[in-house]
Amino acid sequence: MREAGRPVRIAAGQGFWGDWLEAPYRQVTGGPIDYLMMDYLAEVTMSILQKQKSRDPATGYAKDFVPQMARILPLLAERRVKVTANAGGVNPRACAQAVAAAARELGLGGKLRIGVVTGDDLLPRLDGLLARGHDLKNLDTGRPLREIRDRVLAANAYLGAAPVVHALRQGADIVVTGRVTDTGLTLAPMVHAFGWRADDWDKLAAGTVAGHTIECGAQCSGGNCGVNWERIPDLANVGYPIVEAHADGSFEITKHPDTGGRISVAGVTEQLVYEMGDPTTYITPDCVADFTTIRLTQAGKDRVHFTDIKGRPATDKLKVSLAYFYGYKAVGTLVYAWPDAYRKAQAADRVLRRRLQDLRLSFDAIHTEFVGADATHGSLAGRATRFADLPEVQLRVAVRSPEAGPVERFTREIAPLILNGPPSVTGFAGGRPKPEEIVAYWPALIDKGVVEPCVELVDV
Amino acid sequence: MLLLELAHARSGDKGDTANVGLIALKPEYYPHLVKHVTAARVARHFRGLITGKVERYELPNLHALNFLLHGALDGGGTVSLKTDAQGKVFSTALLRMEIEAPR
Repeated sequence: MREAGRPVRIAAGQGFWGDWLEAPYRQVTGGPIDYLMMDYLAEVTMSILQKQKSRDPATGYAKDFVPQMARILPLLAERRVKVTANAGGVNPRACAQAVAAAARELGLGGKLRIGVVTGDDLLPRLDGLLARGHDLKNLDTGRPLREIRDRVLAANAYLGAAPVVHALRQGADIVVTGRVTDTGLTLAPMVHAFGWRADDWDKLAAGTVAGHTIECGAQCSGGNCGVNWERIPDLANVGYPIVEAHADGSFEITKHPDTGGRISVAGVTEQLVYEMGDPTTYITPDCVADFTTIRLTQAGKDRVHFTDIKGRPATDKLKVSLAYFYGYKAVGTLVYAWPDAYRKAQAADRVLRRRLQDLRLSFDAIHTEFVGADATHGSLAGRATRFADLPEVQLRVAVRSPEAGPVERFTREIAPLILNGPPSVTGFAGGRPKPEEIVAYWPALIDKGVVEPCVELVDV
Repeated sequence: MLLLELAHARSGDKGDTANVGLIALKPEYYPHLVKHVTAARVARHFRGLITGKVERYELPNLHALNFLLHGALDGGGTVSLKTDAQGKVFSTALLRMEIEAPR
């Protein structure tokens, strides 16, 4: 347990679903921490989970979370480390039950309380909400949701820290949530530990900035960092970030000793501006944080100090993330070798497009890239003359259509080019491309009062 | 000189918009970036690669500028057909910009 006056240590264990499986274990064993924060949900994750749940009502959560918990549960119980995780997806209750079952198998019966946060799922309520005048207009395009209502696959309001705090206050050791914001998972332990008021905007903003800093895991501790990247030590053993939070709202970002990576002002700043809009107005359900007020100082090796963060009152809206069926796409690739690799790939693209045209296939878009030449930086990569002597170029052609038919037919036009197109071509061992369903994202706002977060407790 | 010699950057996505956070490698470079890396100039740099406007925000406390490049991602996220559907390498694409040397 934490003594009074000591900072609260909140460790990031997962920056997205698919992040390093070793990270949570290393965060729990590498040194003292009070909380493990695990973020699983990206914008389209909820629709994938909703689809799984429609096939099997016992699923719909981040399945990896359960074995990850099973590996560390005895350590968590022994060291009194608590967990906040949005691994619950569209079925937090089933997720909590699965963790409870794993805990009982480990002999932890009677030793663990799991908090379950729900209330974010608006899919069952959608028609009622629309009927009552909540039009859930697309934040980017302004279009009303009615236009795509019959194709909606998931609808989740972003909940803030409050229900997570509520669960912690009731003694939850592990809090499993649905669509709680990434930042709320880090802010909640601070609000709980320090008793911050719901209108202490500067402190809530500070906790939100801390959450934003660690929500992408090692992306603030040396991963994907452009400054002297070759001199960042031992990325194989990279240390995930830890927030050391103080009651006054200041905090430090650090990592466990004897781990790789680097925590510097430059690297932390890269993460602060990541996915940033207007930096004066970072809106969450908890507050509005002003990133132009943050003061950073290097406070030691692998330690950056944050102070002076200012916040403003939260808005009366919540963001809603909707997912809807959009259509189909497929990507075909072939690799052309020297000599004239780039020109051969260009010629193959022309042949392919001519054949698609002759077949009278209709697509929303056909997109060609030459990987090795212009795929990432387009025309900024330089003139075609610079590509004259490339050792190889990958032709990458992608198509998109509301219908499956044209996309399916496209996938059969790639392999023939190996024998009936330009020469010295390889790299097709993966076989025919597979058409993919596109599930698109629809951001919207809803009145806060409409959404009622709910907290349940499961005693193991 | 290349902007790469004065700044580092990280980029990401919000729907069909890519954001590029541009950070001065030394605090004394920041006023130079503010003066020369304008929204208009960034829009010219990315001409043909984005379909919308460019907005710029200043973060003097972090010696950073944040650019929003609208219409950069062919619809964005899952809809996009681009390799860089989430705008992850618009960061280094911006660092290719030619810029006056600071005095």
